[in-house]
Amino acid sequence: MSLIFTQGRPGRRAWRLPALDVPKKNAVPKSCLREAPADLPEVSELEVVRHFTNLSRKNFSVDTQFYPLGSCTMKYNPRVNEMLAGMPEFTNIHPGLSLTKEGEKHMQGTLGILYEHEQRINELFGFSAATFQPMAGAHGEFTGISLIAAWHRDHGTWDQRKVMLIPDSAHGTNPASAIQAGFIVREIKTGSKGEVSLEDLKANLDEHTAGMMLTCPNTAGFYNDGLSEMCALIHEAGALIYCDGANSNAIIGRVRPGDIGFDAMHLNVHKTLATPHGGGGPGDGPVMCNDTLKPYLPVPRVRKDAEGVFSLDWNQPKSIGKVMPFMGNFGVLLRSCAYLCRLGREGVRRVADNAVLNANYLRVLLTPGYDQTVSDMCMHECVFSASRQVKLGVHALDISKALIDRGFHPPTMYFPLIVPEALMIEPTETESKEMLDSFAKAMLDIAKVAETDPQQLHDAPITMPIGRLDETEAARHPQLRYVPEA
Amino acid sequence: MTYYTKKHEWVKIINQKAVVGVSEYAASELGDVTFVELPSVSDSVEGGEYLCTIESVKAAAEVYAPIGGTIAAVNKKLEDDPQILNDSAEEAGWICKLDDYSEADLMELMDGKEYKEYLKTL
Amino acid sequence: MPYIANTVEDQQQMLKTIGCQNLEEMWQKAGVTNPAPELKNFPEGLSEPDLVKHFQHYAEKNDSALTCFLGGGFYDHFIPAAVPALVNRGDFATAYTPYQAEASQGTLQSIFEYQSAICELTGMPVANASLYDGGTAAFEAILMAVRIKRKKMRVVISDTVSPLYRQIMATSTIGHDIDLAVVKTEASESQDNLQALLDCVDDNTAAVVVQYPNFLGGIADYRLFIEKLHAKKVLAISVSYPIAFGMLETPGKMGFDIVVGEGQCLGISLNGGGPYLGYMAVKEEYMRKMPGRVVGKAFDKDGKEGYVLTLQTREQHIRRQHAMSNICSNENLCALTALVYMCLLGKEGIVEVAQQCAAKAVYLYNRLNKVPGCKVVGDGAFFNEFVLELPSDAETFAKAFLDQGIAGGLPLGQFYPERKNQLLVAVTEKRTKAEIDHFCQVLEKLL
Repeated sequence: MSLIFTQGRPGRRAWRLPALDVPKKNAVPKSCLREAPADLPEVSELEVVRHFTNLSRKNFSVDTQFYPLGSCTMKYNPRVNEMLAGMPEFTNIHPGLSLTKEGEKHMQGTLGILYEHEQRINELFGFSAATFQPMAGAHGEFTGISLIAAWHRDHGTWDQRKVMLIPDSAHGTNPASAIQAGFIVREIKTGSKGEVSLEDLKANLDEHTAGMMLTCPNTAGFYNDGLSEMCALIHEAGALIYCDGANSNAIIGRVRPGDIGFDAMHLNVHKTLATPHGGGGPGDGPVMCNDTLKPYLPVPRVRKDAEGVFSLDWNQPKSIGKVMPFMGNFGVLLRSCAYLCRLGREGVRRVADNAVLNANYLRVLLTPGYDQTVSDMCMHECVFSASRQVKLGVHALDISKALIDRGFHPPTMYFPLIVPEALMIEPTETESKEMLDSFAKAMLDIAKVAETDPQQLHDAPITMPIGRLDETEAARHPQLRYVPEA
Repeated sequence: MTYYTKKHEWVKIINQKAVVGVSEYAASELGDVTFVELPSVSDSVEGGEYLCTIESVKAAAEVYAPIGGTIAAVNKKLEDDPQILNDSAEEAGWICKLDDYSEADLMELMDGKEYKEYLKTL
Repeated sequence: MPYIANTVEDQQQMLKTIGCQNLEEMWQKAGVTNPAPELKNFPEGLSEPDLVKHFQHYAEKNDSALTCFLGGGFYDHFIPAAVPALVNRGDFATAYTPYQAEASQGTLQSIFEYQSAICELTGMPVANASLYDGGTAAFEAILMAVRIKRKKMRVVISDTVSPLYRQIMATSTIGHDIDLAVVKTEASESQDNLQALLDCVDDNTAAVVVQYPNFLGGIADYRLFIEKLHAKKVLAISVSYPIAFGMLETPGKMGFDIVVGEGQCLGISLNGGGPYLGYMAVKEEYMRKMPGRVVGKAFDKDGKEGYVLTLQTREQHIRRQHAMSNICSNENLCALTALVYMCLLGKEGIVEVAQQCAAKAVYLYNRLNKVPGCKVVGDGAFFNEFVLELPSDAETFAKAFLDQGIAGGLPLGQFYPERKNQLLVAVTEKRTKAEIDHFCQVLEKLL
């Protein structure tokens, strides 16, 4: 499809401003005036609408296809949340109002929603305080473990204790965030169920350990027992423990990591709390913590007084500072707060129940066609390996591309790293049994094609506007912007 | 004679210069090389110090100097055609040449036979 | 149960398939022995109509009709109706990160177009697919400079770079051995003291960060300054408000190496704090050191043109602890918003928005100059924002303005103690002559 830059005509404009009602002057020094204007498109509004509407139709999305991406929780994004988030009473609030005491009085609605949201997630996951500043999960991880670093600095133990223990099956953001926060990363071995090897943990726990990061349930899709014991072990060793909450859809309303012993945890609202993925954001990664880490949370905190007036508390002397200019991605948080309000206590429990039920149902249906390292009851996602198909020359990538031709978005491929040719499937609770049945049928069909006509899978996808792209050439000679034909 | 490191770099002495690259094994593990960030001429490195990075579509690897020395030349051909590294990692795909190289460091490395044995253990 | 399709019958059939009598048995077998914490402080659910009422109650407590003269990096601009109409399409909003290129050409092509538009606006050759916001983008720019300069670990920052962003830089770099040296500008002016910045540069300095136009609204010509920095092998980083480039010379032409900033002004609602849009554009030679996602052109085996995430080996999902950054999700839908906005305004529209902002700011500036008791600060060079000096605490004036339905400006005392009596005032194309006149009338009465 042609780029918007190649469309239109000089002088064409889609949108016009009201006429200027003051003299046309400026206060810019002559040497700082722009010589040649930016060569942006010159198109009509209809051209813009057609271009982007047609572009959007080239996407797979939750609204149009089943999207079983493991660990991404591609659930339905409720429309009522979109309606609420679009209300001008919320969209027109300038964040600068939050910088003065007087300004706070004019944004009580915004502050009230943040306050309520904090209470709700703390109650759900078993913590006593939270910040909404991190703008995504990885940002949340960084912020959460920065609290741990701050705790060590405050207790004078940071000089000896800089090691963060991370399971080898962890998501790439875990070690990346740990390095950003100033830790040294040490990997701990995990077993076939993604469980941390207690032996390896004990061998690596020493007077240099600052903390540990664990994903719960783990990245192989299983819930590990012995988590309280592990938390106790970490605490005894003088360290703190962090929960990566990316997989919270499996435990929401059913397990409270705070009760188990975790000191801090982040959530991905664009996963568990149903805010739209947006093609890669925006999201938000709130961080919850217990009383131990509360003093180090970013400022400001949102407070509510006896009369129900909300205010911002900037007086947190041990705070790590700020990780975003204001209190968080409010537009996104409004949606996640509305989601929790709508679901309520029973609703969140049903989410976890059906997320886990749907994943196990798929697991049983797919077992005849694909290998599994472990076939136990999983949580919200099941991990298969294309190891049987690889013997026929068919890889997880080929299976994924073939699914596209059958109208399904592929599952997550090649993660976790500990499973060869991994396909991680997370249906979520918002899918129907019929959808699961038809997906399983497609997968089993592909397994048969792998035996009879593997080349068909190597050629996939053939029903999309383009086939597999040459990523090597794209990386060798990057073309990252539109350049007009000479 | 070619010497190898455990991190899969190789070095051989040709015309009194130490020629450095990454092994066939490393190149095949990386997959199609998309970019080689060459080191700078006249920089000096110690044995084991970071030298440069090789990027492929699916991975990126840091290359460490197998022995210490001063960089006398870099293989500019790799900038235009990184494929050379995949085609001939231990010959045409050389990365740089070192002057004033450390003989002592050379003694610490594996020879071809030892490296082949080492690869079997991975 | 809202949003869940499974009926009781569905559940029973599925439980049977997985060999369980009931959900409790499923949980037991999954290893969750006590799947029912009390949650006594978590309320019961609301029906959709009750949910709407609940949020309307909050909406009533927000004052969204204030006439806005607040700036500080976030601006009240017109947003064409076609922007939300297109961006909120489910095919864009509910899509995932475009890892499967064949199923994501909508997202990928729009990011490619967004990157191109940012390059045009900033005059830089390469842009990424977005970062979280201007503050984290500024932090990432610092990390990038230190990565490029390898052994140099010091960054000099002008104190006319947003104080909000400087806080983020400090918090975010605490785990790194980077020395952030903040340089003060002269107390009475709003312009950057470029010589003071140059004097602060030493052999360990990787980069200097300035804001253009700066946080106080001032403009400087950075060309000569950057030549001197480059002669010392120091990188120049600019934090910039993109609408300004409808009228101001681009950072690219000035010679900056890395340009970052906040893209909220490009069609994104103020939203009381986010989501926003961090943009980053760099010189060609630094492309592979840039954090975040980037989309490139690619071809399939039939020669058909498409778009794909490229240079992914810089990212966390491959390099893990050696990644350029830990960034994963970014602000894709906000980037799309900015792109649609830039297309609707187009080549001429962006210039006109900038011209109207500048003209209305000059109008206010000139009127304020005639109001006895207050004065505008600086050498008179600004784009659409400037500093107003009042006879006493600016917070009192800000409060008085709010009581009259005007968000009059940002009191600067909380960021610059010596500027306690100063207010940062911004004017956009959205402010009418009547609103500006009213601002002056209110101020005259207060003085």
